[in-house]
Amino acid sequence: MVSTAFPVFTRHTGIVVPLDRANVDTDQIIPKQFLKSIKKTGFGENLFDSWRYQDEGNIGKTDRIINPEFVLNDPRYQEASILLARRNFGCGSSREHAVWAILQYGIRCVLAPSYADIFYNNSFNNGLLPIELEEALIDRLFREAIQPSPMTVEVDLAQQTISSSGGIAATFDIDATRKHRLMTGMDNIALTLEHQTLIEEFELTHRQRMPWLFSD
Amino acid sequence: MYIDRHLLHEVTSPQAFEGLKLAHRQPWRRTSNLATVDHAIPTTDRSNGVSGIQDAIAKEQVITLDQNCREFQIEYFDLLDARQGIVHVVGPEQGATLPGMTIVCGDSHTSTHGAFGALAHGIGTSEVEHVLATQCLVQQKSKNFEIEISGELGPGVYAKDLILALIRLIGTAGATGHTIEYTGRAIEDLSIEGRMTVCNMSIEGGARAGLIGIDDKLVEYLEARPFAPKGALWNQAVDYWFTLNTDDAAIYDQRRVLDVSGLSPQVSWGTNPEMVVDIDATIPAPTDFSDANNAEVAERSLSYMGLTPGMAVNEIQLDKVFIGSCTNSRIEDLREASKVVKGRKVASRLKGAYIVPGSGLVKRQAEQEGLDEVFKNAGFEWREPGCSMCLAMNDDRLYPGERCASTSNRNFEGRQGHQGRTHLVSPATAAASAIRGTLADVREML
Repeated sequence: MVSTAFPVFTRHTGIVVPLDRANVDTDQIIPKQFLKSIKKTGFGENLFDSWRYQDEGNIGKTDRIINPEFVLNDPRYQEASILLARRNFGCGSSREHAVWAILQYGIRCVLAPSYADIFYNNSFNNGLLPIELEEALIDRLFREAIQPSPMTVEVDLAQQTISSSGGIAATFDIDATRKHRLMTGMDNIALTLEHQTLIEEFELTHRQRMPWLFSD
Repeated sequence: MYIDRHLLHEVTSPQAFEGLKLAHRQPWRRTSNLATVDHAIPTTDRSNGVSGIQDAIAKEQVITLDQNCREFQIEYFDLLDARQGIVHVVGPEQGATLPGMTIVCGDSHTSTHGAFGALAHGIGTSEVEHVLATQCLVQQKSKNFEIEISGELGPGVYAKDLILALIRLIGTAGATGHTIEYTGRAIEDLSIEGRMTVCNMSIEGGARAGLIGIDDKLVEYLEARPFAPKGALWNQAVDYWFTLNTDDAAIYDQRRVLDVSGLSPQVSWGTNPEMVVDIDATIPAPTDFSDANNAEVAERSLSYMGLTPGMAVNEIQLDKVFIGSCTNSRIEDLREASKVVKGRKVASRLKGAYIVPGSGLVKRQAEQEGLDEVFKNAGFEWREPGCSMCLAMNDDRLYPGERCASTSNRNFEGRQGHQGRTHLVSPATAAASAIRGTLADVREML
């Protein structure tokens, strides 16, 4: 039996918060001090911690000083569930905590021209949809998103389309396996274990060819 | 993809073990795993072991790894083990990293192991669990990127300068989606430890993995290491390893050449690792960048770093110096730094100068060579092994506004401490900078 590893993603409509910075690294998404947690939850409060707050954060710290300049604190975007970002989003460390923090804050989807590889991979293992769009289109979305009344975007994963409240419509590419995974929320481990015999057969041959790789 | 070696540490593994337990799964092949503690541990006195860790949350994380390794019977170098250290220093040092292996670890600097002709990359925690449970990873084939480093490095210029110059050239996303193969004269000339420094920072150029072919130097480095094969098996392995090298007619998706002849020592000035200049240059101005986006990014970085365009790089005053991290904490790094330091004193303006060896064995070796005395006599602190101020998860950190010359790999905002300012440099440059109290050109001090 295949169980669901996370809430499935089919279609989502939400307010878009524009984060107008290139090369946003995972140290910014969730700073190191929060990585000491052995849990998988509780990271949403500290998403973009050093940008969102003026004081230095730590696990469990309350009474934070809000940075009103940071876009996530703008009243327009309080209900945002889609993050609009610039190129090379999620670069740096492999910490999956970055994806957990984004999801736990309430973001289901990211729109950006490009992503760092490890972050991109981690997203699909947790039900976060990172959509890659042409830079020119991202520019247009930014122009719409910064207007006084916030932009809403509808994302249809099955159709691979996005459409904004202001009339911007586009299609996007996504690998079929990854798409399927988000739409079904399948447990990857259970899926791989369906190939247990194949793995065992490979391992046996591998061991014969390269016995030095096996100490047992 | 079948995984031959899986390295684990305390920060990215607890949720994976938890997942394993919840699903009542067992590790697929226990002996493929090797664990140690490095990220969140203190580098001060360890005589009280885990109970001596002051930070209760970090302590719980270390205890969790202790328990998980015991429960799942995974080989583990704990806090008091002489072999404990930074996971990417420990693997190669033990011979647990071998050519032709597929190697993963929940840490982006797993690319380090590519220096051994291994395919090695960082993974997230879900994948850590996946590897534990299945010994496999679902992968998409990456593209190939040949980077030929031609020329010869001059005196005072090292592997670290080479890789910083490369990231400066290709950018932080220059190799996204690719595995880099480093070739060329300058790579062949590097020691194995120098090659590890280069491969380590592949991820800073966007490549999850970067690798280098097999040669006699590599085989010699590996021989007799604890986890390396012995006897007839060794000979069989060596024969096989030499078959792994790239064919002459191989086709790459991308190629790039960097000539390092005449290269100056490199220093990062901004808040990502492509923002790099020569030590004898000046701080760039936003108007130096043709692309409007890059100019804006540069302006923001300059403001964060507290720098003014046109300032001479080698006059920038420092508060701290850190020599350590998976990039530069091996014995050769400490030897190069000690040559500069010997007979000199750390500048009085510095609030701290730290040497953090990459492993207990590196530390022991350095002490046998008397390097610890050289550093201590000069005014450096000689610490216990760990990641330390590279990511400042423990108490080794910068305070707001402090400026550091660091041999680590990332200069992101807050990386070394909230509002801290990082300049990435080689160990020799870091040593020279500690003596001068400013970023310094080590070539003037050799």
